[in-house]
Amino acid sequence: MTEQMTGAQSLIRSLEHAGVDVVFGIPGGAILPAYDPLYDSGKVRHILMRHEQGAGHAAEGYAYATGRPGVCMATSGPGATNLVTPLADAHMDSVPMVAITGQVAAPSIGTDAFQEADICGITMPITKHNFLVREAADIPRTIAEAFHIASTGRPGPVLVDIAKSALQAATRFAWPQRLDLPGYRPVTKPHGKQVREAARMIAEAKRPVLYVGGGVLKAGAYQELRVLAEITGLPVVTTLMARGVFPDSHAQNLGMPGMHGNVAAVGALQRADLIIALGARFDDRVTGKLDSFAPGAKIVHADIDPAEISKNRHADVPIVGDCREVIADLVVAVRNDQAEGRQADIGGWWSQLDRLRTTYPLGYEDPGDGTLSPQYVIKRLGEIVGPEAAYAAGVGQHQMWAAQFIDYERPGAFMNSGGAGTMGFAVPAALGAKAGDPDRAVWAIDGDGCFQMTNQELATCAVEGLPIKVAVINNGNLGMVRQWQTLYYEGRYSQTNLQTLEEPAKQKARIPDFVRLAEAYGCVGIRCERAEDVDATIEKAMAIDDAPVVIDFAVHQDAMVWPMVGPGISNDSIQYARDMAPDWDDED
Amino acid sequence: MTMHTLSVLVEDTPGVLARASALFSRRGFNINSLTVGPTEVPGLSRMTIVVNCDLHPLEQVTKQLNKLVNVIKIVEMDTDASVRRELLLVKVKADPGSRSHVLETAELFRANVVDVGPDVVVIEATGKPEKLEALIRNLEPFGIKELVKSGLVALGRGPRSMSDRSLRSVERSA
Repeated sequence: MTEQMTGAQSLIRSLEHAGVDVVFGIPGGAILPAYDPLYDSGKVRHILMRHEQGAGHAAEGYAYATGRPGVCMATSGPGATNLVTPLADAHMDSVPMVAITGQVAAPSIGTDAFQEADICGITMPITKHNFLVREAADIPRTIAEAFHIASTGRPGPVLVDIAKSALQAATRFAWPQRLDLPGYRPVTKPHGKQVREAARMIAEAKRPVLYVGGGVLKAGAYQELRVLAEITGLPVVTTLMARGVFPDSHAQNLGMPGMHGNVAAVGALQRADLIIALGARFDDRVTGKLDSFAPGAKIVHADIDPAEISKNRHADVPIVGDCREVIADLVVAVRNDQAEGRQADIGGWWSQLDRLRTTYPLGYEDPGDGTLSPQYVIKRLGEIVGPEAAYAAGVGQHQMWAAQFIDYERPGAFMNSGGAGTMGFAVPAALGAKAGDPDRAVWAIDGDGCFQMTNQELATCAVEGLPIKVAVINNGNLGMVRQWQTLYYEGRYSQTNLQTLEEPAKQKARIPDFVRLAEAYGCVGIRCERAEDVDATIEKAMAIDDAPVVIDFAVHQDAMVWPMVGPGISNDSIQYARDMAPDWDDED
Repeated sequence: MTMHTLSVLVEDTPGVLARASALFSRRGFNINSLTVGPTEVPGLSRMTIVVNCDLHPLEQVTKQLNKLVNVIKIVEMDTDASVRRELLLVKVKADPGSRSHVLETAELFRANVVDVGPDVVVIEATGKPEKLEALIRNLEPFGIKELVKSGLVALGRGPRSMSDRSLRSVERSA
């Protein structure tokens, strides 16, 4: 069945066929033809953002909330280049996303035309794939391929750049029934022999650990993971990208490993004789100094991306496949071994780990001067708001505290910018998550630095009826940078004070006043400066459901994130608190 | 570090050369030579890429290359199991005094003279890189004015073809 229409109509029809219900974007010259049929679409809701970066992160938030590719749209030139950061972010964190950009008319490409940028060239290293469409007839096929590539295999962002002339040309619409992508064949089914070998190693290991990464979340393998963990009794560590994929309340969850991981989680990996890495990529923030990472461990590495296996750490047993299928097969193989009586006793290992977790639980020191502790705020937020909400963090100290002090019980409960470390992620990502899952409470936990990078999207939230809550953990500084200046630059605080806190002694007003800023954007603004007001403030925010809410939590500026593995050093040198190393007390 | 020759079968789409070559530089590899041209299958091109690196990084870059959507197949061309050739065009000084010696050298290497001027000849030679290097060494004393090489192309020995069984379309799941 074909139908005569314009390329622009064909684009909107293609998006409808791909199941798109929300697009985040901003119109402009080259993409303008697409906005005309979009005006009439009964299926696709367009959310008008205030900056294209916001559109990109909103698409990511939508993807986290729904599991489907998020879609953003921008015009050529600066509209497209403003998408570069969220595309890079989605690429690093394997977030399924389709970005559609207008391009100057095909005959003008390459002439330095008004608002022309070679966005395909620019985004080549930060997209899973990209397309330049010059002919209207290629639009449906390209859109179908873009969604297929973005959402299958290792998910990622795909950019489709469409010449204005293609959008304006007359064409016949035909949605492809099959895709012709001879070079794209992700392997999802794991090799049986490798899986059985992994099971055999689990049965023989004395100090095994399940090292769970974001791939388990992307594969939707949380139920399979739970079964595997429970039948084997193995300790589990969940990386920053996997928080929530295994419940924090589960007795086998040791928490997060890495630079700001728990002593027990870091210690478990360091002392392991077997690490089963599931959808994790041995990132430097997890391994610390690579050549001293887990020196005694054999590695089973399962990932859908063959290029991740043995990239940073040699895998003794490589398994290429979708995590859900890998774990399901592993469960069968482990059960077979157990039925034949092959099972290791890891009681000694557990008592070692239990000692670490009871001796070195996550904690923080109260400032003691009546000022508010940021960790207390975040901890109470998680306890009061509860595990059914979705939490989006920015990047920095507040992000690490949000990863540490909130208990995540369900996959997708926590979204943040892990690989790229993009400040400004939280507000637009929360917006996108709210658009994708409107019935869920969505909280952005943001820093005062991050918040000022993308808070213009509060206007979008207010106008479009997306009542997110934003907890600004306002310490008046670029907190994580300040922490490094405290630790590594003798407290020389070069360019980290943002003056978002009031300093009456110095006659300095807060700039900006986040409460008044929130009000200017049509949101409710609340300030909280004392520990005794924290609960009531959070409850007050929860009671508001007809407008976005911004809480300005004015917190102590000297609070630091602990534990910490210093940059470039071994995980063995983790500090539990400043100048305080844990006592490993290894028996063997 | 050793020299490796990769044959890369790609879809003949705009930008595919840029995607492949940019990937090498992005991942910190220096390409010794890269050639690209059409194949026996319409719509498919073949690149021959020569890189100097260790085995582990080569494996890593090959995996990354394989992830490019337009890349269909990658085969490393083993020196013994493949035919490897390069084309050389070289402009050599050849005045009446040296001309006969130049021509004699060209003949020894089974090279052809493809252009003659009053003081120069242009010599065309094909062969393995080692043979062309030897020819260049022998021509150097006469004076090399200009030189260009095509980059290496390679083909596996025996009956099999690289494009066999490599085409398969993806069924749409949705």
